[in-house]
Amino acid sequence: MTAPPEKRATGVEPPTRPLALGPSAVGGGILPVWGQYAVVAGALAFSAALLLALGSFSVGLMLALTVLVACVGIYAWSRVVEGPRRAVDRAVTLTIAAAFGLAMIPLISLLFEVTKRGIPGLSAEFFSDDARGVIGGGGAQHAIVGTLVITGVAVVISVPIGIMAAIYLVEYGAGKLRRALTFFVDVMTGIPSIVAGLFAYALFELFFGPGIRLGVMGSVALSVLMIPIVIRSAEEVLKIVPNHLREASYALGTPKWKTIVKIVLPTAFAGLVTGVMLATARVIGETAPLLVTTGVIDSLNSDPLEGRMQNLAVFAYSEYRSPGVNKQEAYDLAWAAALTLIAIVMILSIVARLVYRRYKTEIR
Amino acid sequence: MPETEVNEAEKALAERQEETAQAKTSSSQSAPTPERRRAKTIEARNVNLYYGAFQAVENVSMTIAPNKVTALIGSSGCGKTTFLRSLNRMHELTPGASVEGEITLDGENLYAPGVDPVKVRRLVGMVFQQPNPFPTMSIYDNVAAGLTLNSRRIKKSDKDAVVERSLRGAHLWDEVKDRLDRPGAGLSGGQQQRLCIARAIAVEPEVLLMDEPCSALDPVATLAVEDLIADLKNRFTIVVVTHNMQQAARASDVTAFFNLEESGKPGRLVEVDDTETIFTKPSKKATEDYVSGRFG
Repeated sequence: MTAPPEKRATGVEPPTRPLALGPSAVGGGILPVWGQYAVVAGALAFSAALLLALGSFSVGLMLALTVLVACVGIYAWSRVVEGPRRAVDRAVTLTIAAAFGLAMIPLISLLFEVTKRGIPGLSAEFFSDDARGVIGGGGAQHAIVGTLVITGVAVVISVPIGIMAAIYLVEYGAGKLRRALTFFVDVMTGIPSIVAGLFAYALFELFFGPGIRLGVMGSVALSVLMIPIVIRSAEEVLKIVPNHLREASYALGTPKWKTIVKIVLPTAFAGLVTGVMLATARVIGETAPLLVTTGVIDSLNSDPLEGRMQNLAVFAYSEYRSPGVNKQEAYDLAWAAALTLIAIVMILSIVARLVYRRYKTEIR
Repeated sequence: MPETEVNEAEKALAERQEETAQAKTSSSQSAPTPERRRAKTIEARNVNLYYGAFQAVENVSMTIAPNKVTALIGSSGCGKTTFLRSLNRMHELTPGASVEGEITLDGENLYAPGVDPVKVRRLVGMVFQQPNPFPTMSIYDNVAAGLTLNSRRIKKSDKDAVVERSLRGAHLWDEVKDRLDRPGAGLSGGQQQRLCIARAIAVEPEVLLMDEPCSALDPVATLAVEDLIADLKNRFTIVVVTHNMQQAARASDVTAFFNLEESGKPGRLVEVDDTETIFTKPSKKATEDYVSGRFG
């Protein structure tokens, strides 16, 4: 917007054309706040009625039709009232919301099913008894303890190795060794879990002969799966620690290893804990490697170095596979074991979040 | 060797006794105790600095006088920060970087083979452009970090004394004495920078290097830091890199002007002289052009 050149006088000159900052020419209004909800509700009613009338009603079809009709409806209405750009905006927003809902469906349905079927299997007995000498029924204490022990030992093995490897990659590594290490970590993230289990079995068979079953073998198998995850997430977290903090420490005359231990690791602590928790949650439910390494047993064993050990994942599998006399009871126990596993993972995630919030460092 | 060490120790003890006598006669409690300590001289001889194959700084030779503020000025990219970082062996931390030449501290070559860079950095401290207090530590721990990180076992009472002395020396004690256990990152920019200075002087270095210490601060904080620098030169040798010519004119005793002929060429030291001379009657034309603002 320029004034004509010969009019360089003082004072305000009238603009030569309007700025047109308001909503677009077509429409120029705004849909009411309840507008999009009304459209969705209307589309829902419409599709339900249509499907019932056609005689082929199903929830899935109704929802799909609702999304379609609602998109068209909101686009049309918004275009008239607000203009083409806002209309497209609203239609796309609705589509994305629908996509999110679609993605949530399997998760919610899973949680619902497991809870519904698992609750009948839960009881005080479930947590306090094992299945020793019981025909049908019994508890899952041996499985719960086994899961915690096996995963605990796996964490004890993986965390030092993983974090030290990540420290090497971020702080010291250079050249060929670093590239080789990164490559192998990438390969390890893709190892199928049964292969990890077979590796652990073969390793222990070398020393102890065939048919060996130990709790710690399961831990070794799980740590093969956990280590690359820990390395990856620890590496990311350590990279985020700003370099100027390390420089400040060096400038005080601090040796490199001390800078890492006293400055870098504490600054990255919250992120490291979260990474370890997430890796744990990932491996805690692995069934295949534990089947071939820790075996199936009915009684409580909490010593990882002594004989077979039961765990929740294998317990759920074996109860389903060989339900014995009382099928329904066995199935209930299997579902309850699955529910317990999910609950343990949820507790770990919540603890990870709390630790993160409590210990995170605001870095500017 | 032990003989000279004993002499040095006696000298240091005599100096301290003199200082405490002086301190007792000073009246005000909030003003920092005026100590005067003879700091060390840095001499650079034919220093060439490289990043890999690229030469960043060419053939710098200068003497940095003790108990004075030396300012390094020059346009962007002319190698002043690179040269500064070579004075405490931080330049070699960049992968591929290398140093040629000699840099001596009171005659001892810092780059002699067998010299531990960690020990050099304890003698030559550094304060950076962006204030960087350690975020996981409180104010108290930040100031004491130089001591605790170097694993000198010291008693709590000694540590308290060092922290108070350093914070007083950095003109920060009155502002933070009630909240020493709060996180170091919770202060304003100027206070954070003074905290970093307190942290640097807590280990009692001989030389204090400052890389554009005020560029991230507002004018009030800048003034506070400049006053602090004028006070600190009584105890340390100070080298300041600054983009701000007026700051160099205000705050320094000696000024060194670095320049690039054209980009891609290494930076060189054009002229070094008393600040007043550099800014009023410089001997090189490039210096005169730069300080009168004809290029920047």
